Amino acid sequence: MSSLVIHDLHVSIGDKPIVKGLSLTVNSGEVHAIMGPNGTGKSTLAKVIAGHPDYTVTGGDVLLDGRSVLAQEADERARAGLFLAFQYPSEIPGVSIANFLRAAVQARLPEGEEIDATAYYKRLYAKMDLLKIDRKFTSRAVNEGFSGGEKKRCEILQMAMLEPKMAVMDETDSGLDIDALRIVSDGVNALRGPGLGVLMITHYQRLLNHIVPDFVHVMYDGRIVKSGDKSLALDLESRGYDWVKQELAALPA
Amino acid sequence: MTTTTAPLPPAPVGAFTRAAFEAHLASLPPLPEWWLARKRAAFERFAALPLPVRTDEAWRFSNVSGLTLDGFAPPAPARAVPFASIGISKAARLIFANGRLFSREILAPDLGRRGVVVDTLQNALREHGDLVREHLLAQPARLGSGKFSALHEAFLVDGAFVHVPRGVEVELPIGIFSFALGDHAAVFPHTLVVADEGARVTVIDYFGSQDDTERQLAIGANDLYAGHGARITYVGKQDWSHQALALQSNSTVVRRDAGVQSLNVHLGARQARHESHSQLQAPGANSEMLSLTVARDEQEFDQRTLQIHQAPNTRSDLLYKNALLQRARTIFSGLIVVDPDAQKTDAYQSNRNLMLSDEADANSLPGLEIQANDVRCTHGATTSRIDPEQEFYLQARGIPKRAADELLTFGFFEEVLNRLSQDDLHAALRTLIQTKFAGEKAAR
Repeated sequence: MSSLVIHDLHVSIGDKPIVKGLSLTVNSGEVHAIMGPNGTGKSTLAKVIAGHPDYTVTGGDVLLDGRSVLAQEADERARAGLFLAFQYPSEIPGVSIANFLRAAVQARLPEGEEIDATAYYKRLYAKMDLLKIDRKFTSRAVNEGFSGGEKKRCEILQMAMLEPKMAVMDETDSGLDIDALRIVSDGVNALRGPGLGVLMITHYQRLLNHIVPDFVHVMYDGRIVKSGDKSLALDLESRGYDWVKQELAALPA
Repeated sequence: MTTTTAPLPPAPVGAFTRAAFEAHLASLPPLPEWWLARKRAAFERFAALPLPVRTDEAWRFSNVSGLTLDGFAPPAPARAVPFASIGISKAARLIFANGRLFSREILAPDLGRRGVVVDTLQNALREHGDLVREHLLAQPARLGSGKFSALHEAFLVDGAFVHVPRGVEVELPIGIFSFALGDHAAVFPHTLVVADEGARVTVIDYFGSQDDTERQLAIGANDLYAGHGARITYVGKQDWSHQALALQSNSTVVRRDAGVQSLNVHLGARQARHESHSQLQAPGANSEMLSLTVARDEQEFDQRTLQIHQAPNTRSDLLYKNALLQRARTIFSGLIVVDPDAQKTDAYQSNRNLMLSDEADANSLPGLEIQANDVRCTHGATTSRIDPEQEFYLQARGIPKRAADELLTFGFFEEVLNRLSQDDLHAALRTLIQTKFAGEKAAR
């Protein structure tokens, strides 16, 4: 049983505060969705959890299984069980998916232990079959010349291979047509289970038709302002974010 | 300020004195007259020429103070070599240690029957004298290393000779290994490849030392001659001791409709200079010049290139990539020359430097000299750093920063390795470069 605890987190880029006291707990087996208008700090939150060096945490904490990850480099956090599915995955020319994933798997082995190549490929092909990905995919350079859907599927394949405890999925639905969205969602659903906690960040409700969340949170101006179950997402879909903003404005300061 | 005229000091020769030269000649088997005369003339050139100085344009940005010849000596014959298979099947293998033949194996049994010669230069001087005379060091050193080329010719003991007769294709590569063993050893490796009309051959030239701390001098050369419609693939892997001073010069001559692809991988030496000179002599000639360098610590890699288009409808394509770590330095100076009647020339020249350290230093001097009016020529140099977003992406998958940078560097090199059509060679080179990165990690 794992937990990702975000406690009163404050984040700035330069001098500009972006995340302003956000708290949230994700446990294994749960799927949480964070929704919110653009510019509210959702992607910043995702990158900060993963350890992007451009952001400064000015207060609060992020804990994986009770241990703060804030002092750790991005690679240490990933090896501890965190995974970020990128909104805009980088293209890595000249590095094949097979070699890239191999390096990632190798990095999880004890010092001096070499990866078992046969077992690695067996597992890789099994995961690709599970996600219905063509085997020719592995020899292509990571994300280079990929369509939006291929990039996102590649993210899901990485997640399947690395078997994280907690996955943060940043706008996984962006840039996908309806078919690609279904394929990617099927992939995430195939990986759902008691050993995995998921924090999905999305602007639109449509992703949540395919990956049904256990909890929905509304993020606005750097904080979570409302939490509920999946019906909250449907309310947002029909009523828009202005409804939340008005409700907030009506609250005593 | 006053100016005085001082007599010119004698040109420096280090340990390569006239007496040492005579002793060298005495150690060789009887030589053909023409070759003996050329060696003597080469020694005179060597003795007369000054060492390069900072103001020589051909040595711009080079560390000329590192070019000392003092203290080196022709080494004793070696009793063992640090040979390690790189896992590629070969048609033949020649191993040289300290300039002398250590072993010669013909592994493809039909080579002799098909008229392919893989032998030493010493034997070839006797048995294929005309061919050797026509092609051995036949092109003048034009890129600045005149003194060192002369030293190479004067003190050359032995080398490899590969001759592929008309229409013969040698499927497997021919491997030539040259080792320098012992502190202060001076070696002069040479590889001569002659491919007659329509012949095809791949030659892998490997240069290495046993001990990375030994100070050595390696002055090597290779001559590649591709006759009408011939194809030569040449791979040079330079892995000398990290205390070596290494100078290598290549001369490639490409005849009608012939093609030469050369890839030099530079890993070793403290200071390494590589001069590469391609002559496109007849229509349809094509030269692809590739290079990969991993420069680290205080290493300096100095590459000078010349692509000369002497006939119409010729093509040359140069792609040199350097990865620089720590305080390493690289220099690239390239020149494309298109003669007046070499219309419809296609010539490309590209030098790309990946800086993995703020203290590393990459210098690039691309150049064109075009005298024809209907040509397509491009040249350019770029210097880039590791992209922080790519690095973060890899780190976010659990790959430590250092391994991430290594992977990105391999990605950077892959564009060059992908040009090789032989998959096993591609894989072997990738492994070799990987070992170099791994060795660095272990050592530091």
